[in-house]
Amino acid sequence: MSVPASPWALLAELTHACPLHCPYCSNPVDLTRRSRELGTAHWAEVMRQAGELGVVHTHLSGGEPLLRPDLEQITTAAETAGIYTQLVTSGVGLDADRLAALADAGLRSVQLSVQAADPRANDRIAGRPSSFTAKEKAAALVRDAGLPLGLNVVLHRENLDAIDAVIDLGVVWDVDRIELANTQFYGWGLLNRTALLPTPGQLARARDTVARRRAGLPGRPELVWVVPDHFDGVAKPCMGGWGAVSLTVAPDGTVLPCPAAASLPDLDPPNVLDHPLDWIWHRSPAFNRYRGTDWMTEPCRSCDMRTQDFGGCRCQAYALTGDATHTDPACRLSPDHALVRSLVEHSEEGAPPKPWVHRRAGRRARRCPGPTG
Amino acid sequence: MSTQPAAADWRPALVPAAVLRHDPVRGADLLLLPERVVVLQGRGEVVVGLCDGTRTVRAIVEELTARFPGAPVADEVPAFLDGLRREGCLR
Repeated sequence: MSVPASPWALLAELTHACPLHCPYCSNPVDLTRRSRELGTAHWAEVMRQAGELGVVHTHLSGGEPLLRPDLEQITTAAETAGIYTQLVTSGVGLDADRLAALADAGLRSVQLSVQAADPRANDRIAGRPSSFTAKEKAAALVRDAGLPLGLNVVLHRENLDAIDAVIDLGVVWDVDRIELANTQFYGWGLLNRTALLPTPGQLARARDTVARRRAGLPGRPELVWVVPDHFDGVAKPCMGGWGAVSLTVAPDGTVLPCPAAASLPDLDPPNVLDHPLDWIWHRSPAFNRYRGTDWMTEPCRSCDMRTQDFGGCRCQAYALTGDATHTDPACRLSPDHALVRSLVEHSEEGAPPKPWVHRRAGRRARRCPGPTG
Repeated sequence: MSTQPAAADWRPALVPAAVLRHDPVRGADLLLLPERVVVLQGRGEVVVGLCDGTRTVRAIVEELTARFPGAPVADEVPAFLDGLRREGCLR
């Protein structure tokens, strides 16, 4: 195999602790305890090594990264390493002093999550009262500080029909970018798939809305539509390929090709406490496991699309078929595609809302009802 | 000239979100923005380096023509700058 190209981006999951409890959280179901989190010096060293490896972008994420009192020092370490920083936050806990300290530390941009444009719906999905109010305040603070601001809205059955309102909110909050990200079904999203899976009709309407609004906006905010992959019979080029573009460092220093890969058995992911990042990226068995095309089985192996979609998502292949080397069942060419078709066909328009489990440490801690009516 | 992609009196400047830096790992010049990296080709870094909000496009073209005699500066630089503006890198 040829030498892998350098990674461009690092997702730094600084903590899995979070004031919100979104049922589609991208953190693993087994959340890392705070006592196992890397310390400041370790994170600073991760940033230094990442810069040397070729990383130029980092998402300072979580959980809620504002819960780390040393976020400023980690930000400075990234900036010193030449890495462009983006804070990925719920907005809960951000005040003017903290934002000023982060900007002084070198923070370049902010991505703010929003669960819905309606405050009550937002707080219900987030599982936290008054979180919408905190987000509204955070957006204004970021604007006042002159930092670029994007919204990230995870889409699912309960908010897809209200996309117009989300876009209106982005216009009122004067954001630069709105990422409309359809739920991906691993981890918590998989646990809550029945409640979150949209209907084909909802997706078609949402797509039309995005196209209509894009045509009507004067270039700002930029609307980014992250396509769902259960509905079109096409596998997404997950992470731009395994170990091809970016890496994730989990709170305890575990390094993964994507945040969901913690769910794969026998991956034996490396840790920054044991190995340099350079070795992890170039040499570790975990990063080479599904790199390139040699690992593929049919129909991927002989498919013309293999260097474009990379066989789709390994975590989804494992979650649905029990074998991570299988073709992603989202692809219509997969022998397991019927699994995905049957999910979609059972997603009915007008069906009553189903309960979901809010993300919490110690999973399934509490069942929460969907909306009434 | 039949087309004038960038007005000669525009004074281009990087948007506040953009960072211009050299990438020693890839031997490339990059414009970094939220969620985006623009890899500058050829002498793009030199051109962008002149976009300080005080020089007009006309002045930038004159300066580059003097520095790189024989290069197709007048034909290519205004279109290059306009492209970066469309991509949200310059204002």
